[in-house]
Parts: sequence; structure tokens; C-alpha cells
Amino acid sequence: MKRIYLDHNATTPLDPEALKVMMPYLTEEFGNASSIYEKGRVTKKAIAEAREKVARLIGAQSDEVFFTGGGTEADNWAIKGAAESLRDKGNHIITTVIEHHAVLHTCEYLKEHGFEVTYLPVDEYGLVDPEAVKQAITDQTILVSVMYANNEIGTIEPVAEIGKIVKEKNILYHIDAVQAVGKIPVDVNAIGVDLLSMSAHKLYGPKGVGALYIRKGTQIKNLIHGGAQERMRRAGTENVAGIVGFGKAAELAFDHLSETEERLTQLRDKLLNGMMEKMDHVRLNGHPIHRLPGNVNVSIEFIEGESLLISLDMKGISASSGSACTSGSLDPSHVLLAIGLPHEIAHGSLRVTLGKENTEADVDYLLDILPEIVQKLRAMSPLYEAYLKGEGNRV
Amino acid sequence: MYSEKVMDHFSHPRNVGQIENADGTGQVGNAKCGDIMKIDLKIEDDHIVDVKFKTFGCGAAVATSSMVTEMVKGKTIEAALAISNKAVAEALGGLPPQKMHCSNLAADALHEAIKDYQKKQAQ
Repeated sequence: MKRIYLDHNATTPLDPEALKVMMPYLTEEFGNASSIYEKGRVTKKAIAEAREKVARLIGAQSDEVFFTGGGTEADNWAIKGAAESLRDKGNHIITTVIEHHAVLHTCEYLKEHGFEVTYLPVDEYGLVDPEAVKQAITDQTILVSVMYANNEIGTIEPVAEIGKIVKEKNILYHIDAVQAVGKIPVDVNAIGVDLLSMSAHKLYGPKGVGALYIRKGTQIKNLIHGGAQERMRRAGTENVAGIVGFGKAAELAFDHLSETEERLTQLRDKLLNGMMEKMDHVRLNGHPIHRLPGNVNVSIEFIEGESLLISLDMKGISASSGSACTSGSLDPSHVLLAIGLPHEIAHGSLRVTLGKENTEADVDYLLDILPEIVQKLRAMSPLYEAYLKGEGNRV
Repeated sequence: MYSEKVMDHFSHPRNVGQIENADGTGQVGNAKCGDIMKIDLKIEDDHIVDVKFKTFGCGAAVATSSMVTEMVKGKTIEAALAISNKAVAEALGGLPPQKMHCSNLAADALHEAIKDYQKKQAQ
């Protein structure tokens, strides 16, 4: 059976070109970039070139990019590093309820260490109101952290508008841009951001490598202590192959950004429109326009997400859901609850995230098999039975 | 994640549906936690002669519902009451630990259906 991968917000396949440039650094070019002999110079140069490519993708200077062990580390570093550095100035952090757990749990940790955290709500589309950011700022506020685009519902936040407000108040501004970089144009100077987190494996690079953009002159404390790597800001012998693969992936993303964005937006809308046409009681989660190119997130009423995912998996499709059973907890996704979905509707969510290797045929195949699966699960659902009898409360 | 037996019951669930004028109906769970199981029974001479289920929930919830219907068909009420959630999970070759609590309620639904039958009999 042909397998179709439709979960690109979870991770992406490594681009063969990225793998190709990584291979020498996994074999003969094993040198430590801190060594002064030839083997070290080769890897040092490779890291410098990758840094330039990642910087170019976000409109930064290369000495503002610091490689990390991934997006989660970048988020941890930005938030903990800023909080610790500015502790004397205040103890208040502003973020949102729909952040990734890498941000939410880092903020929870800081709360245990004397910081106050405001979690801003979002509207029904998952949008943060810039005015609410303004209202939440106090004389104790030291950091505002907002995600660029949401990993589940794909909503793109008004990060530049928020940036304007935050900069007027001279507060540090962090953006978790893990889902945005490589998918849509990101320009650190147009947004006025101080700290921006990225991850390689979301843009067809390898896992285990990411980066934090730190605007020149921004003081944050180190998270990882040790050697003098990354200009003394992030210790640890560099993951050279990973960094080189990240660089190549960033280069490819930069070179093909607008064509990929346009093609995936069309595929996304074809899929979404097809779902709406072929099935009843389906609602879109997230914003219809301010939305990541390849992201479709719908709630299919009267059925539960994990059952749907297993059924799709048996037909060769890899997708995801915000149901409790797939979130590893008893509650469905915090993002779906934050946009106001009742539990039973949140349990029935399906997230399909398209990537550059997906074709129209992939979308057609999904549209072909999905209605039948949904029909089978609804035939099994006591909620659907109650609805047909006119007992259920449809939302 | 799931055993072969769970996958078999999930992809080919036994006894899906509803019984018109059922002798007993039981429903457990709620939409909030993401699992609802409903079981209808047809009972003659103290024996379960027909059983149907409908379930909203994950793979384990569907599989346990299907399994319990297979286990009770033709059994006496007494034997059906002796079936526990644990026994259903065991009959499926086990469930992932996180599924043992929230998605393993099929025997409870069965017992509720029997209670409903007994209540109707008493009236």
C-alpha cells in the first residue's frame, strides 16, 4: 500500500539534498570545529556557511543566529534567559493560551520561581488581539512571547502589530516561529522581534537542531553552560552534520518560498473545500485566511479523533488530531478548547498538514476515502444516533 | 500501540447497532472525556439472546465494546454480571496502560443495561 504523509507540522521528511550535504560530516569530516588543524577548520567553515543561510531566511545577520539542539531548547533559552537577565527590572511575562508546550511549560516553571505570567486569550479563530497585549503590559513586564503561527490550527498571529506595541514600551519580544520559518516569509526587522525560535526538522532539515535568533545588543543569560561554542553563548560541541543540513534546508526553503507557499495554499483550499462539499457537520478550526499554507484543521462532528486516525492509517494516511487520546492526556488539545470548542467537538478534530512532496493526487485520495470512514464511524456513534433522533445538541 | 486483537475488533467491530424495543439499555461515559458507550440487550429466559452496541471513542473504546458483546451473547444474566472491565481487556490481549481507565468501560455499560432490564422487570 502506498503511504501518504500528511503530518508536516509534526515533522517533515529530510530533503535528499540536505542529506547529501550532511553525509561528509557524518563520515570523513568528523573534526571538532574548535580544533585549529585542518579537520577543525573544515567543520568551522561549514557551520559559518550554514549560519549565513539560516540568517538569510529570516532577514537577520549571521552573527545573530545561534544554533541549538532544537526548537524547544530555543524557546527555553529565550524565555528563561530573558527572565533571568531582566529579573532586576521586573517579574512579569506575557504570553498566550495557545502557545506550544515548549513555551507554556517554560512559563509554568518560571512561575514556580517567582515570575508572574499573563496568558492572553484568543478569539474563535485563534487570533491574539494586539490591544489585549497593550492592556496586559505593566511596569513589571519584561518579556512578551507570542507564537508566529499555531502548530495545530495554523492561525498566523499579528506579530508585527504586536511588535510595534511591545517595542514602544521597550520590552523584550520573543516569537516562537517554529511553524512559520520556511513556510511563509519571516523578516525579523519588519517585525521588530528580539528573540526568535526556529527548528530544522519542520522545514525538511534534520531533527535535533534548531536556532535562536538574538538581535544584536540583546542581553539574555545562557541556558547551556560549558565550552566557548556559539561565541560563548551556547556550549557543547556543535552538531555539525545537523547544522549543515539545517543550512541546506533553509537555503532550499528560501529559494522556493513563494512557489511552495502558493502551491500548498491551493492544495489546502482544495482539500478543505472538498471536505465541506462531501461531508455534513464539518467545521474549520482556525482562521480561513490568516493561516499557514498547508494547514487544514477541521472538527468532524459525532466522531472521535483517534478512531479516525487509526482508520486513516489503515488506508495509508498519516495525519493527526487534537483528541484526548492522541494528546496523551484526558483533555483534548488546549488550543481547540481555547478557541471555544466544546469537548466533544474538540475530540473529533482532524489535522492534515501538507508538505512540498504532496500532490493533488494525495488530496484526491484523502477526499475519496474520508467520507466513507466518517460514515462508518458515525454509524457506530451514539452521539450521531441521538442527533438523528433530534435529541443531541448540535453545535 | 494496540494488539492485533484490538485492531481486529476495531476494524471489524461485532454487533454494531441498536435493538428496537430493547429489554435493557445501558450507557456510560460522557462526551467530555471522549468516550461514550451504549449497549442494547434482548433477553429471553434469563439469557442474553441479542446484544448491540454504539460507541463514540478511541480505538480501545470501540474494541472493548465489540469484545464485550461477543463475550455475553448467549450467556445468562448472572454470567454477564460477572464480566469485568479487566476481563474484557484481557480477552483483547491487553490494552495500553493509559487506555485501561478511560476507554475500558464496556463491562460497565453492559452492567448498566442489565440493571435497566431488571428495573423494567420489577415494574
